[in-house]
Amino acid sequence: MLADKDRIFTNLYGFQDWGLKSAQQRGDWDDTKSLIARGHDHIIEEMKASGLRGRGGAGFPTGLKWSFMPKESKDGRPSFLVINADESEPGSCKDREIIRHDPHKLIEGALVSGYAMRARAAYIYIRGEYIREAETLQVAIDEAYAAGLIGKNASKSGYDFDVFLHRGAGAYICGEETAMIESLEGKKGQPRLKPPFPAGAGLYGCPTTVNNVESIAVVPTILRRGASWFASFGRENNKGTKLFQISGHVNKPCVVEEALSIPFSELIEKHCGGITGGKDNLLAVIPGGSSVPLVPAEQIWDAPMDFDGLKDLGSGLGTAGIIVMDKSTDIVRAISRISYFYKHESCGQCTPCREGTGWMWRMMERLRAGDAAIEEIDMLQQVTKQVEGHTICALGDAAAWPIQGLIRHFRPELERRIEEHNTKFVETAA
Amino acid sequence: MPKVTVDGQEIEVPEGATVLQACELAGKEIPRFCYHERLSIAGNCRMCLVEVKPGPPKPQASCALPATDGQEIRTDTPMVKTAREGVMEFLLINHPLDCPICDQGGECDLQDQSVAYGRGATRYTMNKRAVTEKYMGPLIKTIMTRCIHCTRCVRFSEEIAGVDEIGAVGRGEDMQITTYLEQAAEHELSANVIDLCPVGALTSRPYAFEARPWELKKTLSIDVSDAVGANIRLDSRGREVMRALPRINDDVNEEWISDKARYQVDGLSRRRLDKVFMRKRGKLQEATWDEVFKAITKAKPGNDIAAIAGDMVDCETMFAAKALLKACGSTLIEGRQTGMDYDVSSLAAVNFNSTFAGIETADAILIVGSHIRWEAPLINVRIRKAVKRGAKVFVIGAFWDTTYPAVFLGDDLSALGDLPDEVADVFDSAERPAIIMGGAALAQGALGAGLRFADQFKLVRDGWNGFNVLHFSAARMGGLMLGYAQKGGIKDIVEAKPKVVISLGADEMDFEPFADALKVYIGHHGDKGAHAADIILPGASYAEKDGTYVNTEGRVQFAEKAVFAPGDAREDWTILRALADALKVDVGFDSFAQLQSAMIADVPALGEEGLADLGVLPKANAKAKAEGAISTYPIRDFYLTNPIARASEVMQRCSVELLHGGELAEAAE
Repeated sequence: MLADKDRIFTNLYGFQDWGLKSAQQRGDWDDTKSLIARGHDHIIEEMKASGLRGRGGAGFPTGLKWSFMPKESKDGRPSFLVINADESEPGSCKDREIIRHDPHKLIEGALVSGYAMRARAAYIYIRGEYIREAETLQVAIDEAYAAGLIGKNASKSGYDFDVFLHRGAGAYICGEETAMIESLEGKKGQPRLKPPFPAGAGLYGCPTTVNNVESIAVVPTILRRGASWFASFGRENNKGTKLFQISGHVNKPCVVEEALSIPFSELIEKHCGGITGGKDNLLAVIPGGSSVPLVPAEQIWDAPMDFDGLKDLGSGLGTAGIIVMDKSTDIVRAISRISYFYKHESCGQCTPCREGTGWMWRMMERLRAGDAAIEEIDMLQQVTKQVEGHTICALGDAAAWPIQGLIRHFRPELERRIEEHNTKFVETAA
Repeated sequence: MPKVTVDGQEIEVPEGATVLQACELAGKEIPRFCYHERLSIAGNCRMCLVEVKPGPPKPQASCALPATDGQEIRTDTPMVKTAREGVMEFLLINHPLDCPICDQGGECDLQDQSVAYGRGATRYTMNKRAVTEKYMGPLIKTIMTRCIHCTRCVRFSEEIAGVDEIGAVGRGEDMQITTYLEQAAEHELSANVIDLCPVGALTSRPYAFEARPWELKKTLSIDVSDAVGANIRLDSRGREVMRALPRINDDVNEEWISDKARYQVDGLSRRRLDKVFMRKRGKLQEATWDEVFKAITKAKPGNDIAAIAGDMVDCETMFAAKALLKACGSTLIEGRQTGMDYDVSSLAAVNFNSTFAGIETADAILIVGSHIRWEAPLINVRIRKAVKRGAKVFVIGAFWDTTYPAVFLGDDLSALGDLPDEVADVFDSAERPAIIMGGAALAQGALGAGLRFADQFKLVRDGWNGFNVLHFSAARMGGLMLGYAQKGGIKDIVEAKPKVVISLGADEMDFEPFADALKVYIGHHGDKGAHAADIILPGASYAEKDGTYVNTEGRVQFAEKAVFAPGDAREDWTILRALADALKVDVGFDSFAQLQSAMIADVPALGEEGLADLGVLPKANAKAKAEGAISTYPIRDFYLTNPIARASEVMQRCSVELLHGGELAEAAE
C-alpha cells in the first residue's frame, strides 16, 4: 500500500482547505521559480525519466508529448497548453476531486508544464456540469494571479503565463483533444482530422498540447521529488502513482491514490472494503471507464492495475475508473446502457460512428430482451468491427469495445436469453 | 516530388498531393462522398478508406492523408473492400432507399457507389431514421431523410459563398443539416449545393419531378444572364429546356453558376413571341411575314436605318444586322442601350484584363462602382478567394454586402484620383494591384480616371495587367468588337433620326426618342422592347440558336442550339437575311456557315475560342478626373435583369421572396 508520505494528492478528501494558504502549507507553490529555473528541456527530460504516461486514458508518455512542441516560433505563432478537465467518462471522477480539493496543484502544474513546452497560456476546459468545481477553480486562479504566481512574471521567474478557465456545455466528445480545441474556438465540438496534430496546428492553428488534469497536477511534485522517486512505483513502463476511482458493487466506493500495477484484489480489499457479498459474488469489472471492454471476475482478480497488465487481458486502464459489477448485475443491460451513452454522445460527423452507434444500441436492447436470433450476435460483432478503427476519433472504438468484451466473455448469457425468449414465444403461440 | 506505390504501380505525385489524388493519378477509382476538389477536406464520410504503409494497421481516409515518399498504398485488398462495404452499409441503414421517387435517381453518387462497392443485401431490419424537411427557399427542395451528412453544402456556403447560411445542428444520429431557423438560403449561388449534394437530400425545387436524367438531351451552351459567360449544359426534352447545369471550366466559372443562370430557363417557355405582330391603328396585331416585310420596304429606309443590340444577343446576330445596315449604307449601330458613351477606341481599356482566374492572385483590389455580387456573382467568388490569400479590397460606391472584408471609401467618385494615404500606400506596395470598374462608374464617365489610376499605380507590369472593366451584359464585349458603339452613344443615333430602327432584343432602353421611326423588334420575349415596337419579328433565344459570345474578359466562346424556337419564331440571322431580300440589298451570305466566315473575316478574333487579343492598355490622359457620386448601382433586382428572367416564374418568386420579403401572389385560375 502506498505510504502516506508518497502521496501526491495530500488533500484528496478535502479534509483541509483548498485555498492558496493551505495549499502552500501542503507544499504547493514552494519555490516554483527554481523549478522553472531548471529550463525548458531539463523539465521535459525529467518528465521523460519519470515515465509518466498520460492519465487521460490513452497513456501516451507525457514528456515525449511535450517534446513535440516547437522549440522556437518561426512565424510568430504562440504555443498553447490546453488542460482537459472535461471529465465525462462514465466511471471517472478523479479530476473532479483534484479541482475540488487541490486546485493549486493543477494551476502550478499548468505554469511549470506550460513553461516547459514554451506555451504562452493554458486553457483549462472544464466540464459544464462541474459548476461548483469551476467556481472553486476560478477562485483558485484568481488567488494565484493576486499572489503573482501566474500572470506577468509568473512566480518571479521572468516568464509570462496566463491561465484561462473555459466551461464546456455538456458534450462528452469535447473531451477528445481536437474536439476540445474546436469547442474552445467556439465551434461545434467535432474532432478534427489528424494529421495535422495539435502540436503542429492546434488551438487557433497554433502549436498546442492537450493534457489531462491529473497529468498536469502531478508535474510539480515529480519535479520536486525527482523522477527516480516517481519511477520507483509500479512496473517497468507503468511507473508512478495514479488516482483510482472505484465505483459499483464494493462496500466502500472511493477515489484513492495508489501505485500503478497494484493488484486488483489489493485495491479492492484494502481501500474498498471488498466486493459486496464477498469475492465469489464478483461478476465482472470494467477497469478503465466505460470505454474499455469488461474483464470477467476470474481474470481480473490478480491482475496488475496498469496500462500493460490490462492490455494483456484485452482491456485497458483508461482513466482507472473501475466499475465493479457483482452477480446481481444484468450485464447485458449494463452494456446496453453504455451503448446508449455512446449513441447519445456521438458527434455525428463521420459515418461509422453516427450510424453504427445507433445500430449497436438498438441491437443491444434486443439482445437484452433476447428478442433476436443467435446469428445476430455474430452480426453485432461484425458491426462493432466495422465501426472500430474506421472513424476520425476514438469514440467509435470506445463504443465498439464494451460490446466486443461482452460478446467475448458472456456469449453464453446472450444465447441463453435468446433461447429463453424464443421458448416463451413458442409457448405463447401454442 | 514524392514517389508512391499504388497497388504495386510506382508513380510520382506532385508535392502536397493527398493519397486520394495519388490513387487517381494511378488510375484507381476511389469512392467518396464528402471529398470535393473545390472544398476543404472534411474526411467524414469514410468511404475513401485505403490501406497505407507505413501507418497504423487500419484503413486510412485517403482524402485527408498527405502522400509522402515511399508510401505503399493498396486499394484492392480485402481490408479495403470490407471497409468500403461497411461504410456503405452504415450509410444505407438510415437512407430511405426511395430511389424510384427521388429526383437524384440516375445521377446519384450513393446509388452508383452502392452498386459498385456495397453488399448485395441489407442486414438492418429495424426502423429507419426519419427527418423532417427543412425550408431552404424557393430554389432548394429538401428531403433530409436522404441526407448522408457529408457537409458539402455546409462547406460550400461557408467557404465559397462566404455566408453562414447552412449548418448542422444536433449530434450523432440526430445531426441535421439546416439553414438557421429554416430561413431561405439567399445567396445568389445557393443552388450550387444541389449539384454538390451527392444524394437526393437537396434537389432542385423548380425541377422537382420534371424529368429523369436519361431522358434529357444535353447541349453545351453559354450562360447569357451576365457577362461572365459561365459554361453551362442545357438539358432539354422535346422542345423544352428542362434545366441548366454548370460545366467545369476553371478559367471561367470553375464549377459554379449563379441561381439566375440556372433557373431563368423556365422563362424560355413563357411570354414568348411566337408570331409576327404589326401595329395597326395603334394596336399590335397578328400579321404575316410578307405583310411586315412589305411594311418595312414601304418605309423606304434607304441609309436611314439603325440597329440597337440587346444584352443577350450573339455575335452572329449582331454581325448579320451590321452587314444588313452596311449594305443599306448605314453604320448606325449601338449596343449600350442605357446611353453610356465611354470611349472604345481601345478595347483593352474596356476589358477585364486580369482574367477571372488572374484576379484571384491580386493582392490589392479597388472596386469602383460595381455591385459585383449582383453584376457577376462568380467573380465575387474569385475576389473572395483573393481575400483569403491576403488581398486587400477597397470599394468606391454605395455599400453592399461583399461576403469578405472590404473597406468602403464612400460614394464620391473623386476618391479615385485622390485616395486616402493609407489606401494609396497599399496600392503602392502591392505586387499585383488591380482595379475593377463597374457599369455605374462607366456611366459617370470615370473610365479615364480609372486609366489614370492604372498609370499612377503601374497596374500593368511584367506578367500582370490589373486594369479591369466589368460589364454585365453578355453581348457587350462581342458588340464592342463588332463596332456596336457610336462616339456619343445612343444619343448619336437619336440625332441621326433614322427612319427604321431594328432592335435586336433591346429591352432595357427608352424608345421614346425614336417616336417617328419604324421600330422593328427582333427578339424572343414580350418585354419592354416588344411593347414599344411597331413590328415584332419573333426570334430565337440563346438556347435556340448556335452562337458566339464574348465574355467580359474577352473570352470568345461558342454555344450550341439546344431546342427549336417556338411557333413561327426563327433564328435571328435568317430574319435579317430575309429582310435584306425585302430591302433588295445583298449581305453576302446565305447560310450560317457563310455568315460565320464573313464575321470572322471582319473580326478575326471571333473565329478562335479563347481569350481574344485586344491590344495594350492605352496611355491615360493625365488630366482625366472622375466626379459625381455612386449612390445606386444599375442592377436593382438581381433576379430580374433580363427579359428571360423577368418571364421566369422562378425568378419572380426569388425576387419577391428573397429580395422583397413577400410572397408571390399566385394567379387565380
